[in-house]
Amino acid sequence: MANAHTHAIVHVHGASGIQPRLDLARIALYAVLFACAVVFLMPVYVMVVNSFKPLDEIRSGNLMSLPIDWTVAPWLSAWSTAQIGVEPTGLRPFFINSFLLVIPAVVLSTLIGALNGYILTQFKFRGANLMFAAMLFSVFIPFQIVLIPMAKTLGFLGLAGTVKGLIFVNTVYGIGFTTLFFRNYYAAFPAELIRSARMDGAGFFGVMLRILLPNSTPIIVVTVIWQFTNIWNEFLFGASFSDFSSYPLTVALNNLVNSSTGVKEYNVHFAGAFIAALPTLIVYMVSGKYFVRGLMAGSVKG
Amino acid sequence: MKAGYLPKLLFSPSVFLVLVCVYGYIMFTIYLSFTTSTMLPQYDWAGTANYTRLLGLDNWQVSLGNLATFAGLYIVIAMALGLGLAILIDQKIRAESAFRSIFLYPMALSFIVTGTAWKWLLDPGVGLERSMHLLGWESFSFTWIKDSEMAIYCVVIAAVWQTSGFVMAMFLAGLRGVDTEQVNAAKVDGARTWQIYLRIILPQLGPVFVSAFVILAHMAIKSYDLVIALTNGGPGRSTWLPSVFMYQYTFTRNEMAVGAASSVLMLVAIGAVVLPYLFSEMRKVKNG
Repeated sequence: MANAHTHAIVHVHGASGIQPRLDLARIALYAVLFACAVVFLMPVYVMVVNSFKPLDEIRSGNLMSLPIDWTVAPWLSAWSTAQIGVEPTGLRPFFINSFLLVIPAVVLSTLIGALNGYILTQFKFRGANLMFAAMLFSVFIPFQIVLIPMAKTLGFLGLAGTVKGLIFVNTVYGIGFTTLFFRNYYAAFPAELIRSARMDGAGFFGVMLRILLPNSTPIIVVTVIWQFTNIWNEFLFGASFSDFSSYPLTVALNNLVNSSTGVKEYNVHFAGAFIAALPTLIVYMVSGKYFVRGLMAGSVKG
Repeated sequence: MKAGYLPKLLFSPSVFLVLVCVYGYIMFTIYLSFTTSTMLPQYDWAGTANYTRLLGLDNWQVSLGNLATFAGLYIVIAMALGLGLAILIDQKIRAESAFRSIFLYPMALSFIVTGTAWKWLLDPGVGLERSMHLLGWESFSFTWIKDSEMAIYCVVIAAVWQTSGFVMAMFLAGLRGVDTEQVNAAKVDGARTWQIYLRIILPQLGPVFVSAFVILAHMAIKSYDLVIALTNGGPGRSTWLPSVFMYQYTFTRNEMAVGAASSVLMLVAIGAVVLPYLFSEMRKVKNG
């Protein structure tokens, strides 16, 4: 009887879906979710706590425990004095490289995507669908297949081993995604708005600048976040086309962690990894909703 | 509206870049795979010699075997875990968005960061094994990352950790789109929760299973960064994947034609997974 009573009360709240009940199953549900959350958070927890420990505390102590003797020395070392390859530069110059790469590449690929989305949805011309399909498939290709000719091209253009070369590469291979995002967004754009603007005499750029772009904030945010995350985290192009002066942060971090000879400075590695993770983590925390939307738009193609 | 010259003109740079830097380069690499290129591209025809050599190479067979192990486990575990988490989160829980954010945040990280964190976590000298010993579980042993038979499973662990939240988000979106009338009708008929999931909800998620499979399979074939950061292909070559093979042969072993051939096979594998999916998606859009 008591059970039927609680059921009835809960029923009022949970109108659809599976009904919540306050019983053992419910407790088990939270226990499992909580355990999973702990596992998912653990690597970052380990990264953070150990980045504040002196090295001998990591060697003699438990990776899971909080620091006894807190220190910011590993952070300072990872940032400005750690060995990257043969030079004691720390990650700072490469952090700057990554920003110098990401900002123009994101801006360029987003603008191109917006323009392509506009053209593909508002104008009819032969081969448009075929070109869109070709751009769509380009986001899936294994980039190993373009490494050799792209290396030759960058050499020919005098862009080998430069941040500019990486901007070019990341922009080109970002066009598929950005075009997809904007095309799908503009395909659902109210046609009357565009028609009435045309009646008022707006031309090609008038429609784009006065009607489409001012109403594109959500998709611009989605695209910028998506491209920022992808290019910031990119490794293969960076490893193939840059040299010491133009390494992006991911390549420098990998050098710091994997090429260090002698003493393994775990605390410096963790601090360095966290420095590399921070920009995209901040973006995720501030605008996770848009990040998820980008993931969904990127996964459910067509 | 029919396009005048301006839209076509403004579209043409993108067309040019995609045709040259994607499809032109693919053709070029395919061509190289039939030449005698070693350290630099050369244009003497070699027929199918590079493919014969590639398929006979022990390093390639190891890479393929590793890919089969890695991709199989990664896809199955990430899908199962993603679906499980999505179902748990769909039970009208408290703090839903906090749980979702926690399961999804690894997707925002670079594989190099993930690789670094897991490299030391799985390291017997400083990581989990040592922590368990210090907690008093002296016999606990976890040395997979140092063991050439087991290291590939470490790659699976880190990859699953990074992407199962993404799979969860896909299934969660699918679950939220399930027809509630059928579910309510089944509930009125007294069906149990697990029966409702098995008979009504999961069959409706078919398209999500397909999407998740295609995404995960293509990510598995492309996997490179994570292996480099986590194990650098080792111990020995025990965690080489085709992507690692391609890089090694092309840029450090001066066998560019063999490297090119390996990347062509990677493209073929991805095409086999992705193209049928893209065609069916585009047909749906056309007919819908």
